[in-house]
Amino acid sequence: MLSALTVGAAGMVIVVRNLLHALLFLILSFVGVAGLYITLSADFIAVVQVLIYAGAIAVLMIFSVMLTPLSDRDNAEGLLRLPALVLSGLVATGIAFVAIETDWQVTSESSFENTSVAIGEALLSPFVLPFEIASVLLVAAMIGAIVLVRED
Amino acid sequence: MDAPVLAASVALEDVLIVGGALFAIGLYITLAKRNAVAVLMGIELMLNAVNLTLIAFSRFVDFSRFGEGTRPIDGHVFVIFVITVAAAEAAVMLALVVAVYRHRQTIDIDRINVLRG
Repeated sequence: MLSALTVGAAGMVIVVRNLLHALLFLILSFVGVAGLYITLSADFIAVVQVLIYAGAIAVLMIFSVMLTPLSDRDNAEGLLRLPALVLSGLVATGIAFVAIETDWQVTSESSFENTSVAIGEALLSPFVLPFEIASVLLVAAMIGAIVLVRED
Repeated sequence: MDAPVLAASVALEDVLIVGGALFAIGLYITLAKRNAVAVLMGIELMLNAVNLTLIAFSRFVDFSRFGEGTRPIDGHVFVIFVITVAAAEAAVMLALVVAVYRHRQTIDIDRINVLRG
């Protein structure tokens, strides 16, 4: 049900002609992915997904769509339509084949609870260096975005 | 808590197939669309598919087979980092779109061909 919602909304992003409508379907797909995270007992990641993807990134995209005029708001395909269709079809069938045919040794133990505590401990003991590098990356991206759009 | 009941009804293969379908849709959008913002939407869809797959594996894979130092929560930490990088990338890409639009009056990536000889 959630999977159908997610994939269907993602497919509508391809089909819909208006870029703003495609963006709204993309947000719906993000929310569906957050629901899938909840069913996989990843509660903290689900909240982060709703906050960052369905919140921040969606607002950024709506801004950039609104900053370009109406004539540039179509959602047409370019020259690469057929090769892209073939390639993505191959990727989808390949992934589906591997997912079905492989013998995943699935654990039977129950899902974890309270993932936010474990994530916080993992971020601050074994993953300190990537954590700091990620914060430096965020600062660099923010300054870069400001410099790029500044009127001079 | 009804979360375990929900989680019991999901199989690993189903989540992997959903992730593969999302990735393929994102790949098609990235390659075929002409609008730069639509291309960015495709990239975000692909990142979402990868995140979904990581979460599914960290939920279902039996990590005791891999010895010391591997824990299921590491997949969640990876997803946190991917989301961070995706947010930074979206901010820079949208700033680029606005800057390109100011100079060229278009964001159609088939018409942004200044480097063509």
